[in-house]
Amino acid sequence: MNTNTLAVPDVTHAAVDVSRLDEKIAVRDLKFFYGETLALKGINLSLYRNMVTAFIGPSGCGKSTLLRVLNRMYDLYPGQRATGEVIVDGDNILAPGRDSNLLRSRVGMVFQKPTPFPMSIYENIAFGIRLYERLTRAEIDARVESALRRVALWNEVKDKLNSNGLSLSGGQQQRLCIARTVAVQPQVILLDEPCSALDPISTAKIEELIDELKTDYTIAIVTHNLQQAARCSDFTAFMYLGELIEFDATSTIFTQPRDRRTQDYITGRFG
Amino acid sequence: MNRYYPGRRRRNLAATALAYAATGIGLGWLVLILAVLLWEGFSGLSLRVFTEMTPPPGADGGLLNPIMGSLVMTVLGVMFGTPIGILAGTFMAEYGRHGRLASLVRFINDILLSAPSIVIGLIVYEIVVYPMGHFSAWAGAIALAIIVIPVVVRTTEDMLLLVPNPLREAASALGLPRAYVIRHVCYRAARAGMLTGVLLAVARVSGETAPLLFTALNNQFWSSNLNAPMASLPVVIFQFALSPYEDWQNLAWTGALIITLAVLALSITARALTASGKRS
Repeated sequence: MNTNTLAVPDVTHAAVDVSRLDEKIAVRDLKFFYGETLALKGINLSLYRNMVTAFIGPSGCGKSTLLRVLNRMYDLYPGQRATGEVIVDGDNILAPGRDSNLLRSRVGMVFQKPTPFPMSIYENIAFGIRLYERLTRAEIDARVESALRRVALWNEVKDKLNSNGLSLSGGQQQRLCIARTVAVQPQVILLDEPCSALDPISTAKIEELIDELKTDYTIAIVTHNLQQAARCSDFTAFMYLGELIEFDATSTIFTQPRDRRTQDYITGRFG
Repeated sequence: MNRYYPGRRRRNLAATALAYAATGIGLGWLVLILAVLLWEGFSGLSLRVFTEMTPPPGADGGLLNPIMGSLVMTVLGVMFGTPIGILAGTFMAEYGRHGRLASLVRFINDILLSAPSIVIGLIVYEIVVYPMGHFSAWAGAIALAIIVIPVVVRTTEDMLLLVPNPLREAASALGLPRAYVIRHVCYRAARAGMLTGVLLAVARVSGETAPLLFTALNNQFWSSNLNAPMASLPVVIFQFALSPYEDWQNLAWTGALIITLAVLALSITARALTASGKRS
């Protein structure tokens, strides 16, 4: 590639008028600590309802950490803590006494590596549903089917719902994980590099899926793939060394970044 | 050719030969033991062994009461020891992973794991048999349970630590409470390994003699009373093999063969389970 004329990825979604959008999650002066280490240095940003927000930045910039605060995943580990506010639908989830399990049923998460549970495809999805709702067998069947249809996996697995989730291919496993998340009917879906372990065809399918899912969910995606951010997000946040450098509509970030570092990163000069 | 090459080649050959020889010696003893056991024990193997009680010297008889006694005390010991072991292992792997308490428990468990079984027998004698005033199957089962616990703790912890963290996070991300994640996801992922641990514990205790000598003692007759002394295969083998009577000695060989085959079957099952656990 000619390094003098670095290509900026093409942006799919046109810029939207922020004033007409609904704020789903507001992050206010968020600081995050791994023990004594300050990993997020006061983040402020908004995730808008039914919009896809991409987090980009070099490794270690804190984008995954930020995502893990949004559903309080860090709670699982002693020594990790967050200060500031994360307001989901008007409620500060970092305030003491908030039930993190209830929060996670509203803010779902999909991980870098596909993580099907060691049980059948059907059970992988039905498992989470049963926890929060008392449904009849037929209702659960219907929910499982609609979740699998939602991620375009139904036709591939409808004849082997009882085989182990681990028997699927990597791309199918990842779609199963998304279906599992969708089945518990969250409002927000966090995707932590969901395609980094997948081949290009599976990646394309997941990206299509993201586009389709945003009609019902608010989506945040961490990605190392700038083309991916450009293709499937409405907003992009560029992070660097624990700080939010720039946050704007994806089309603005990729065409007229205000910050020099954003410019350098999206043109591939560092990172 | 490199001038060091011939020398290296010779050293390599020598090391390989030594490694094969060491393997051969190790395996040789095993084969020898199995061969002698089969040779000496197989001739005594008959239906009578499984249907008749231990005889007085010079009479016909079998090993029914020690076989049943071994089964009863092993089953009881595993029933007591397994839940405690699994819960303690779960605590160490899931809740206290980096805590000070878990490392303390781990240290003590390692000591218990290698504690001579005769010491365990003596302790159970002191705290159970002596206050009760007599030997009993309960005491035997308790002694075996104490041997089962550290084995199960160890394998449970090891197997749970092998469950990848992203799997726990994925389950938590659905809003599942911690206990639910452990029961339905971690246990399921570690199931084959944990079951293997229990089977290995069974194999370990079914051959223990020393702890039973001090606790369940022995019984010439059929007894299903858990408050009374009870016969067991290892203790009967010990008694009969040391006796001067040839028919007792033959029965001891047969008993030894039965135990060995049972343990062998358990180990093979455990291996098969581990293999199937890796596949799924």
